Amino acid sequence: MVQQQLREKAKELLSNKTVDLIIGFGEWTLPLRTTPVFIRTPEGAKSLVWNSFCENNLTAYLHKFSRLKVGLVVKGCDARSVTALSLEKRFPNHPPLLIGIPCQRLVDRKKVKKAVKGEILQAVEQGDLLLVKGENFEVSLKREDFLYASCRSCAHRTPHQAHILIGDPVEEVSLVDAHPEVSKLEGMSPEERWSFFEKETSRCIRCYACREACPMCYCAECFVDSSRPRWIEKSLSPSDLAFYHIVRAFHQTGRCSGCGACERACPMDIRLTFLTQKLNQEVKDLYGFETGIQPEAAPPLSTFDPEDEQEFIK
Amino acid sequence: MGSEEHWEPKILAFLCNWCSYAGADLAGTSRVQYSPNIRVIRVPCSGRINPLFILKALQGGVDGVLVSGCHPGDCHYLSGNYAGRRKSATLKRFLEFLGIEQGRIQFSWVSAAEGVKFSQVVDEVTKDIRRLGPLKKFKKSSAFGVQSSES
Ligand code: SF4
Ligand code: SF4
Ligand code: SF4
Repeated sequence: MVQQQLREKAKELLSNKTVDLIIGFGEWTLPLRTTPVFIRTPEGAKSLVWNSFCENNLTAYLHKFSRLKVGLVVKGCDARSVTALSLEKRFPNHPPLLIGIPCQRLVDRKKVKKAVKGEILQAVEQGDLLLVKGENFEVSLKREDFLYASCRSCAHRTPHQAHILIGDPVEEVSLVDAHPEVSKLEGMSPEERWSFFEKETSRCIRCYACREACPMCYCAECFVDSSRPRWIEKSLSPSDLAFYHIVRAFHQTGRCSGCGACERACPMDIRLTFLTQKLNQEVKDLYGFETGIQPEAAPPLSTFDPEDEQEFIK
Repeated sequence: MGSEEHWEPKILAFLCNWCSYAGADLAGTSRVQYSPNIRVIRVPCSGRINPLFILKALQGGVDGVLVSGCHPGDCHYLSGNYAGRRKSATLKRFLEFLGIEQGRIQFSWVSAAEGVKFSQVVDEVTKDIRRLGPLKKFKKSSAFGVQSSES
C-alpha cells in the first residue's frame, strides 16, 4: 500500500541522513482534510499519510527551508512546480529530493459538504467509494463524482521528475477540453466575461491566502505590499480587486502548474484557477510551453524567439 | 467633467527612447498632423514596460494605451523588444479574455525615421478607441482616491 511504502521510504531517508527533513501530509483533526507535517526523525515517519485529501502544494514550503536537505512528498502538479522553480534557480544549494506519488486525483471537500445534510464527522475512502458519516447520516459517495476541477483537467498526474516513485505510474491522458470553464467564458461576450470576473473577484477580502498557498509566489515584496511605487490601494473597490487578480494571475504566466492550491485556499470560494489556466493555454499556444514538463526549457516570459508571433503589432 | 458627447479619448503612449520617441519627434519637426489624444511617456525600451504600467493607466482613467518600440532587430539593447513582445502578447490576450475590449491596448513598431508611420499609428489607435467609447470597466472612480484628471 502506498502509504506504508511512503512511511518506510521516509524512515530510511531520515535514518541514513539522505535528507534532514521530510515535508509530507499528516492526519488532521477535521474530516476530509490533511495537514502539512515536517518530519525530522525516523520515528516521525509513521505520521505520514496518503489519501485523496492531500491537497496542499507542499512545494510552497521549500522557500522556508533553503538551508536543509529536504525530502518532499509530491503529486504530479507539485513536481511540476518544483521543476518550474528550479528553472528560476531557486535551489542553488540543495535541490529537494522528490518522493513522488502518482496521483489518484483529489476529492473536493466543498463538493462533498454540499452533497450531505449536516456536519460531516468522519470520511473514509474505500476503493472507489467515499464513506461519509455525520451525527444522523451515513452515505457512500462515488469518489469519481467529487474530484476537484483542477484535477479533472490534469494531464500529467505521475511525477516523472521524482527521484523516488512510490506506487505505479498512472496513464497520461490527453484531454479534449481540458478547461471547460475557460472555453465557456470564451464563448461569451466581453461584457459577460467582465461581469463574471468582476462578480467573482468582488467577494475577495484580500486575505492573500491564494498567494501564500502558491509555490510560485515567493517575491520578497509582493506588488500589493509595495509602497514605493504604490501599485494598488488597500481598498476593496471592484477596480482594485480586479487589479489584484489580474496581476496575481499574470505573474504566473508560464509558471503555474495548475495545482489548484490557490483556489482551495480561498475562504470566499472564489474561482481562481481559470485565470492561470487561460494563461497556460496562451503560452502553450504561442510558445509551445507547458509548465514543469520540459526541465530544460527557459520560462516563456524570460526568453524569446525572433520568430515569435507579432500579428498584433502595428 | 466633459459630458459623454464631448468626450475625447485619452490615450497613454509609452514610447521607447531610441526609436518611437524619435519617430514622434520627427513627426513633430516635419509638421505632420496627428490626433492630439495621446499623452506620451518616454521609456528606455519597450521591454521596460511592466504590465503594471498599463493596468495602472487603465485604472487611473485613460481609455486606451499604446506601446511602441523599435522594429525587431533594431533594439538599442539588442533584445528588449523581443522580450517585451512576449509580455505584450500574453497580457493583451489575457485582458481581452477578461473582457477588456480588443483595441484598448495596442502595440506598434515605429523607427526613428518613421514620422509618418507614427502619425498614422496614433490616428488609427485614436479612431479605434473613439469607436469603443470611454473605458468603463476597471476604471477607478475618484471616490476611491485616484483622481481621473480631466484635460
Ligand atoms: S497559481 Fe494556483 S494553480 Fe497555479 S501554481 Fe499557484 S497555487 Fe497552483
Ligand atoms: S502576486 Fe506577483 S508580486 Fe505578489 S508574490 Fe505573487 S508573483 Fe510576487
Ligand atoms: S484567498 Fe480568496 S479572498 Fe483571499 S485574497 Fe485570494 S481570492 Fe481574495
